[in-house]
Amino acid sequence: MTAETSRPLLSVEHLSIEFGNRRVVNDLSFALHSGKTLCIAGESGSGKSLTSLAIMGLLPKIARVPSGTLLFEGRDLLALPERQMQQLRGKEIGMIFQEPMTSLNPLMMVGQQLEETVRRHEPVSRRQARQRAKEMLDAVRVPHVDKRLVQYPHELSGGMRQRVMIAMAMVCRPRVLIADEPTTALDVTIQAQILELMRELQREFDTTLLMITHDMGVVAEMADEVVVMNQGVMEEHAPVRDLFNAPQAAYTQKLLAAVPVLGTAPKPESRAAQPVVLEVTDLTVRFPLRSGWFEEARNVHAVENVSFSLRQGETLGIVGESGCGKSTTGKALMSMLAYDGSVKLLGRELNGLKGEALKPVRQDIQMIFQDPYASLNPRKTILDLVGEPLLIHGQTDFSQRKARVAQLLEQVGLPGEAMERYPHMFSGGQRQRICIARALALNPKVIIADESVSALDVSVQAQVLDLLERLQEEYQLSYVFISHDMAVVERICHRVAVMFCGQIVEIGQRDQVLGNPQHPYTRRLLSAVPMPDVDHRRDFKALLKEIETPDPIKPRGYEASVQNYRAVDLDHLVAV
Amino acid sequence: MTAMLTLCRRPSVVVALLFIVAVVLLAVLAPWVAPYDPSEQFIEGLSLEGAPLSPDATYYLGTDLLGRDLLSRLLYGARTSLFIGLLANGIAVLIGTLVGLTAGFVRGWLGTILMRFTDLMMAFPALLLAIALAAIFQPSVWIVALVIAMVNWVQIARVIYSETVSLSARDFVEVERTLGASSMRILFSHLLPHLVPTILVWATLGISTTVLLEATLSFLGVGVQPPTPSWGNIIFESQTYFTSAPWLVLFPGAAIVLLSLSFNLVGDALRDALDPTLRGRS
Repeated sequence: MTAETSRPLLSVEHLSIEFGNRRVVNDLSFALHSGKTLCIAGESGSGKSLTSLAIMGLLPKIARVPSGTLLFEGRDLLALPERQMQQLRGKEIGMIFQEPMTSLNPLMMVGQQLEETVRRHEPVSRRQARQRAKEMLDAVRVPHVDKRLVQYPHELSGGMRQRVMIAMAMVCRPRVLIADEPTTALDVTIQAQILELMRELQREFDTTLLMITHDMGVVAEMADEVVVMNQGVMEEHAPVRDLFNAPQAAYTQKLLAAVPVLGTAPKPESRAAQPVVLEVTDLTVRFPLRSGWFEEARNVHAVENVSFSLRQGETLGIVGESGCGKSTTGKALMSMLAYDGSVKLLGRELNGLKGEALKPVRQDIQMIFQDPYASLNPRKTILDLVGEPLLIHGQTDFSQRKARVAQLLEQVGLPGEAMERYPHMFSGGQRQRICIARALALNPKVIIADESVSALDVSVQAQVLDLLERLQEEYQLSYVFISHDMAVVERICHRVAVMFCGQIVEIGQRDQVLGNPQHPYTRRLLSAVPMPDVDHRRDFKALLKEIETPDPIKPRGYEASVQNYRAVDLDHLVAV
Repeated sequence: MTAMLTLCRRPSVVVALLFIVAVVLLAVLAPWVAPYDPSEQFIEGLSLEGAPLSPDATYYLGTDLLGRDLLSRLLYGARTSLFIGLLANGIAVLIGTLVGLTAGFVRGWLGTILMRFTDLMMAFPALLLAIALAAIFQPSVWIVALVIAMVNWVQIARVIYSETVSLSARDFVEVERTLGASSMRILFSHLLPHLVPTILVWATLGISTTVLLEATLSFLGVGVQPPTPSWGNIIFESQTYFTSAPWLVLFPGAAIVLLSLSFNLVGDALRDALDPTLRGRS
């Protein structure tokens, strides 16, 4: 164990951080060894991000550090004056943040931002700085570097922006790179590309990596050592293999058990014998692009000829990456936007229904949104919120309504006294339960769940998934489960549809699609999922090659050629 | 009730509330508390040279350039200023909110027409408009209030419009639609409560601008007609004397500032008290 005996590059000793009299990080110690990767894993509120900010000297002003030392090459970072910290930041310690859009200056060209970073720390000429910027962008595999240098951040895709962020953090060759949830906001294939890139850069520049993440899959793919944190306390500190194969702390065991692992979910019962409740045929959604008077009128083809059916008690997963049209499909099913094609709910055509005619339909089809914070009106009590659909649909008697709300809250596992409180008094998971209770109020047959567990921590996510399954059993509910997370989809769905560029490219029974993927895009998606399994680290190199995505903007009047499908198996269709 | 309690926890708010109540009471009771008739010109109210008197034991706040008691004029002036302030501002807030809310929620051609009209009103010089309107109608306290309201609603409409547009895009409004709620229900039960803070702030801020606009109009001769006193026209009547008789400008000026400040403080506190997410915090 040479790494253990050599002096660590950065060591955190007995670090505590307080907000007022609330201790958010308590007595944290770990050491970062040169050239290695340490992951700090934990759920929201664990204090993992604050730890990284403390190392960078960027803690918010109200935070206090009552004890601890942060030793970087023999210097205590906590005692260092701000001016010296500024020289250290970017030069010795680089940082990548979660949101690549908000961490880049939208008014500066990519090249300018990179050059500025170089020139701040090194006495080089403008031309040399530009040369360095170019080399770095090459190193992070940004194509067409010369063009990128003069582009603004909004002209780049999310993955490209994160590459630029990494280039900025790495351009001065820092010894330590801190990455705070660097891939959380990215699509799974982009995430795989970025992870692969970080591995390569680490090898090339011998960078020491401190990675903060909530995703145990990412931990298993990247880490040499892992620190597991929970509510400010270090639960476990172990080499990655030991942590995954023989977790010691009870919290780690619980956390790992809650992580859905692709390929391990038990086989669901088939619902093929049940009656069809929702029949979608050739659903097409196009958004007109606003253009000038003399410009050609164009449409964004968001959803193109999507067809599927949903049976009673069945969950159909719609997976795909951002912009593939999965959320738009959900909104169309809820009649929240205009569409072409046919949506039949319990045999009744929904296309063309408006206003009052839609009202009875709402009783049968409901939606749970992604963000439990945004989808509850902060000025209403839970009684008002969950009672709202009842009130809208004519149940005006207050005591009856109150009784029904109490019953609904009990079903989703919340105490009755929650009724009097406001949404901000609940945690994310509890809020999502409130949203589920509201969606259930009218006894719907079909529920559209749009990324409904994506914003939740894994342990909470598991509970909400359990709840959804239990409610499905109890009320024979059918779900359209829209998600980007393949493991979650595998965990809860009977059937899966994969969407790419507005079209379904593969649809079938869960095991047919996820177990025997036929379409190249499905395979690509599946190969990009990070696995919480240290013995089988995945090789993301194949994913570095971009695939061609057709432009969804078409001139008005353009008709896409009809997508043909090939039947691989009974029920298993693949686009050809 | 809880909102009232939260409100009274801040000392500055209590002082402001007391000040407003005192001004309102004094204005209502002006005939009984004022020491003199506000329009009576006292011969002994002017110095031998004909200059106004500084504050003394007979005229507590001094006299104005016509030898009238300033305290009495201020008390009666409070009636005019408060009446115009509340009425004009109330109408302005009402029109502004209705226009902004409708345009922001309905959008489409109706929203475009409403907002273009608002822009038009905004681009038109406010004072010119007020003078034109006041010249057409015979000036009276009511007309002055209406004229001020016509000029002041545009800013409120703009602010309410943009807030409504951004609120309408929030998830919880989308949720309401999927639940089958009617537009009226979304508008009044879900959007309006979120706009209350903005409306309150504008309503309280507006009182000061209204009082000042009233003063301007009075000065130009199209506002409150003399001898009826208002805080604004007292200042403007005596502005040429402000070096030799500073109290004539100082006292009504202070009255305007303190009243505006009090309304702003109460408005701010009310906004926080009505927001359940802020309840229980200091």
